[in-house]
This record gives sequence, structure tokens and C-alpha cells, in this order.
Amino acid sequence: MISALLTAGSTASPIPLELPVPLEITAPKLEYGILAPLMIMMVAACLSVLVEAFVPRQSRRPVQIGLTLVALVAALIGTLNSWSGASYQLAAQQTLALDAPSYATWALLLIFSIGVVVLFAERNGSTETAFVASASSVPGSATEREATAAHQEQTEVYPLMLFSVFGMMMFAASNELIVMFVALEIFSLPLYLLCGLGRRRRLISQEAALKYFLLGALSSAVFLYGVALLYGASGSFELASIDSAMTAQPGSSRIALAGMGLVCVGLLFKVGAVPFHTWVPDVYTGAPSPVTAFMSVATKIAGVVAMVRVLYVGLGALRWDWQPLVAVLAVATMAVGCLVGLVQTDMKRLLAYSSIAHAGFMLVGIAGAYTVQTGMTQGSSGSFSSVMVYLIGYGLATIGMFVIIMMVRKSGGESNEIASWAGLGRRHPWLGAVVTLFMLSFAGIPLTFGFIGKLLVLTAGWRGGWAWLSLLGVLFSAVAAFFYLRVVAVVFFRSPGPAAEAVEVSPISTGSWLVLVICALATLGLGLYPQPLIDVFDHAATFLR
Amino acid sequence: MNPNDYLVLSAILFAIGMLGFLYRRSALVIFMSVELMLNSVNLTMVTFSHVHGNLDGQVGAFFVMVVAAAEVVVGLAIIVTIFRSRRSTSVDDINLLKY
Repeated sequence: MISALLTAGSTASPIPLELPVPLEITAPKLEYGILAPLMIMMVAACLSVLVEAFVPRQSRRPVQIGLTLVALVAALIGTLNSWSGASYQLAAQQTLALDAPSYATWALLLIFSIGVVVLFAERNGSTETAFVASASSVPGSATEREATAAHQEQTEVYPLMLFSVFGMMMFAASNELIVMFVALEIFSLPLYLLCGLGRRRRLISQEAALKYFLLGALSSAVFLYGVALLYGASGSFELASIDSAMTAQPGSSRIALAGMGLVCVGLLFKVGAVPFHTWVPDVYTGAPSPVTAFMSVATKIAGVVAMVRVLYVGLGALRWDWQPLVAVLAVATMAVGCLVGLVQTDMKRLLAYSSIAHAGFMLVGIAGAYTVQTGMTQGSSGSFSSVMVYLIGYGLATIGMFVIIMMVRKSGGESNEIASWAGLGRRHPWLGAVVTLFMLSFAGIPLTFGFIGKLLVLTAGWRGGWAWLSLLGVLFSAVAAFFYLRVVAVVFFRSPGPAAEAVEVSPISTGSWLVLVICALATLGLGLYPQPLIDVFDHAATFLR
Repeated sequence: MNPNDYLVLSAILFAIGMLGFLYRRSALVIFMSVELMLNSVNLTMVTFSHVHGNLDGQVGAFFVMVVAAAEVVVGLAIIVTIFRSRRSTSVDDINLLKY
């Protein structure tokens, strides 16, 4: 509770509010030990800004990459340390819930971010990354040409990414709605900027940034209004207090219902669920590929976990009200993602619709609300752990696919048209094989990790009492399989047409190779032997209240 | 003081902001509409803070103001960049990405 910092008591004092004089402000108590991963990320992000200011231009790139990787690895070690030590508690004046789900989410976010940093640094055998040489130059101007000729580089992308990861970690762990809102903005604002930094097709990249920014600002304003209404209904921003206030009321008040709806709008926007999905295809297409990979994996993880926390911990008493809402949106999301995905001609746009469809499948598990509180049998996978397993499968395949998207190039830029990938699998059999593996994982074909995730999520929905929803999920995953297999067919069986002329597979750095190989091996290996990982997340599913 | 009046006022302000977002064509005015929505939320929070007799809502309003200021910095940077490339901030012209 924020006002606990002020000795003005939070008891229901008479109106108007009278503050005791003198007003004493006590210092908040912070648990530095278990908050270390968050602190490391924030300090590293600030240091990274200083590097931009003080390190000479030539040595900035290696320094930034090194600093970012060291920070991510250090934060990961801290997270795993606290997780294995089971030091769970409500930290920082009860505003952050450092429980097993938070640590699990942090570990996932940090691991995937390490992979994404490698993509940020990728130069595809030339001297140019996917980011613009000078973001402030007007596209097509002399300044831009000079900056490009001088091999300048916008190394600000690394601090922006660090701030964004910091915000996501806080977002997933926040136990208080105002902290959640601040974290939402901390991770969104750097992403808006990153979207506009594409090297090629800069007008499109800037357009993506503007669209993402305006719609993102709108969604966070709507989220905030929901927060204010929930505060009005319960008298507190803390999730546990909101829950107890809702439980104490006989019926659900209209203000609480309106607040719930508006908060859900904000969260569903970040997850990319229909009808708040319109930004996804445009922004995913326009943003530079490494940023798209980062957004589609990390934003999704943070958004889904925060949504599960708000719905299960804060609004658990309103379950009968939000379950039908989430179920209907899950159907709409799966339908739009799968059906519109069928007719896409651009690889990044296809992956955008695929990410919408995947959000729909995850919503099936969330709508099921199969948790210990709703009578889950011990030892089975509940909604949260199944969604986490799903996110891992989705994240591995997505990052791997984006490495490949960055490899397939034409005349210096990426070749994103699906038609231009025709026959690629025959010329480069290993590349075709990896594309096939990721596509099968997306489609949820057995022996890949995507199948395990889909199975668990649909089972959680079924066991939670939403059998019809799970059956629709199976139906839509069959439709989705069709559009993923279409890519495989193009890569292997279609003869290269005019679009595929001069398409080449460019060399990539050892780091990117490593990311690609790890993603592929993990997709296959975890698909064959998933039980240990599932057990880890089954044990990490209890939210602290 | 009747808190209902303030809540209705803030709801009206929020709705005006939403309508402005939907109907105006200049990216700058759209952005101002979002700021109006954030400020209407501040009014709601302060009113509820008064109703409940605790300070949480008022402290929250300060956080919202800080975040709104940060959002202005990023938003104006993006809008100015777009204006320099296209000589226009009308969202109708920003239509390269579709389908």
C-alpha cells in the first residue's frame, strides 16, 4: 500500500480527509537480496545510457553488447538463485509479488532476451545491423547517406531494450495496479521507439512506431481508467485487498465490473487478442525484425502473466463474470488469427497473425481458470503452468523463425514475401528442415514442443469446465496447421518464380547460429522429452497473495 | 461535496478524449485526446481517494502525471520524426501498411 509510507492512516477517516500534523514520511523497506535481478537490469540500463554519452563511437558497439549480455546473465543468475532458494515474499512494501510465477517469468524473459540481443547485434556478413544509421536523419536525405557511408550505428537500441526488459519483469511481478501501470509504460515506451528504427523501408518503420504509439497510449489510458474504477470499488490498488473487497460484497458492483472490463482491455491489447489486435500485423511488419522477435516473444510473456495475475489473484471473486468474456474473446482471437493468416503473402505478417492465433489458444487455458482454488487435483498441470509451457514452445519457434527471416535476403534487404521463399528448401536442405520444424511446432504437430503446449492449454481449458471451448481450439488448430504447412509446401515444393530471383541466404554470426541451433534443438528435444520442464512449471504455479 | 458529480465529470472528460481519439485526424490532436483521458482518470482517482478516506488515489495521480510526461517525450519524438519525413501529421496519410 503506497500510503503506508505516510503515517496518515488508511483507516476510513471522516470526510474531509484530515492529515495528522506533522506528517512523517518513513523510508520504504526494500528487500535488496531478492530484488537484485530488477536492480541489476535498471542499473545496467542507466549505465548503458552513460556509455552512449561517454564512450567514443567506435568502441560503443562492443561495450554495449557486452554490458547488455552481462546484465542479462547476472539478472538470470540472481533469478535462478532466488527461485531455487524458494525465497518467496511480497517485496517493496507489498507492491511486488516475488513468487514462483514471477521468478519463472523472469527466467523466461531473460533467457529469450539473451537470444534477442544476438539478433540485435546481427550484421548479416556486412557492416550494417537491422537498425538505421542515424534515426534523426530524414529518409532519403544527404545526412542519412553520410551517416550510412560513415558506418554509423544507433547503439541506443541496447539501453532501450534493457529498459524494456526491466519494465516487463516488473509488470509480470507487480502486485499493485499503479505499479503495474508504471511498469506497463516502462516497457512500452522503449518499444515504441525501437519500432521506428528500421534501416530499410524507413517510412514504413516510422509508420509502425506511430501506429503502435497512438494505439498503445489509448490502451494504457483505458487500462488506467479501469484501475481507477477498481480502486473506487475496493478502496485499494493492491490485488489481494481488491480480492477481499470483492469477496466481501454480496453481488458484483457495477463499478467493479466496469473496472474489470477496462483493465482487461488494456491487458488484452498487449497480448494482441481480438478485437484489440489491429496494431499487431502492421507493427510486426514495419518494425525491424529483431524488434519484432523481441515484441512477439517478450511482450506476449509479460502480458499473459500479468493478465493471469490480475484475473486470478485480484479478480478471482469475479471469476463467473470474466470467464465467459475471456472465452468469447478466445474464440474470436483464434478465428481471426487462423482465418486471416491463411491469405497472407508476407512472412512477417503471417507470423503476426500466427501470434494472434497463439494468443487465442492461450486465452483458452486462461478462461479455464484451472487452479488450486478452483479444485485442481495435485500433480496435474493447471492453467498457469500450461500457459507458461505454451509460451516457451511459441517463443523458441518464433525466435528461430526470425533468425531465418533475417538470413533470407534479396539485394541487401530482407526478402519477406512468402513467394520469394519458393524452392529455398531444395537449395538449402538444412534451412528447409529447420523452417519445417518451427512450422510444425507452431501448428502443434506431435514430437515438437508446440504440440505439448497446445495439448496442456486445451486440457486445462477442458478440465476447468470449458469443454466446448477446448473443442473449438482443436478445430482452429487444424485450420492453423493448414497455413503453417502452406509455408513448408512453398519452401520445398514450389518452383521459384520471378519473386524468388536473386534471393540468397546470407551468412550470419556464430552467435545467431547458436541461437538458431538452440531453438531448433530445444523445440525438438523438449517435444520428445517434456516432462521435467512441465514438472518445473507445475511447481511454480502458486501466486502469492 | 457530492463525489458523484466529480465521477460523472471525469467520465464525460474520458468520453470526450475517446471521441477525440476516434474522430480527429491530426496525430498531435489525437495525442492530446489521450492526455485528456489520462487527466480524467486523475480526477477519478482523487475523487475516490476522498470517498475512501485514504491517500492511495492521490499518490496514484502523481505517478500518472509523471508517466504522462514521459509519454509526451516519446510521443512527440515519434510525431516530429514522422512530420520531418512526410511534411504532415495527418493519420489519413499514414497508410503504407495495410492488409
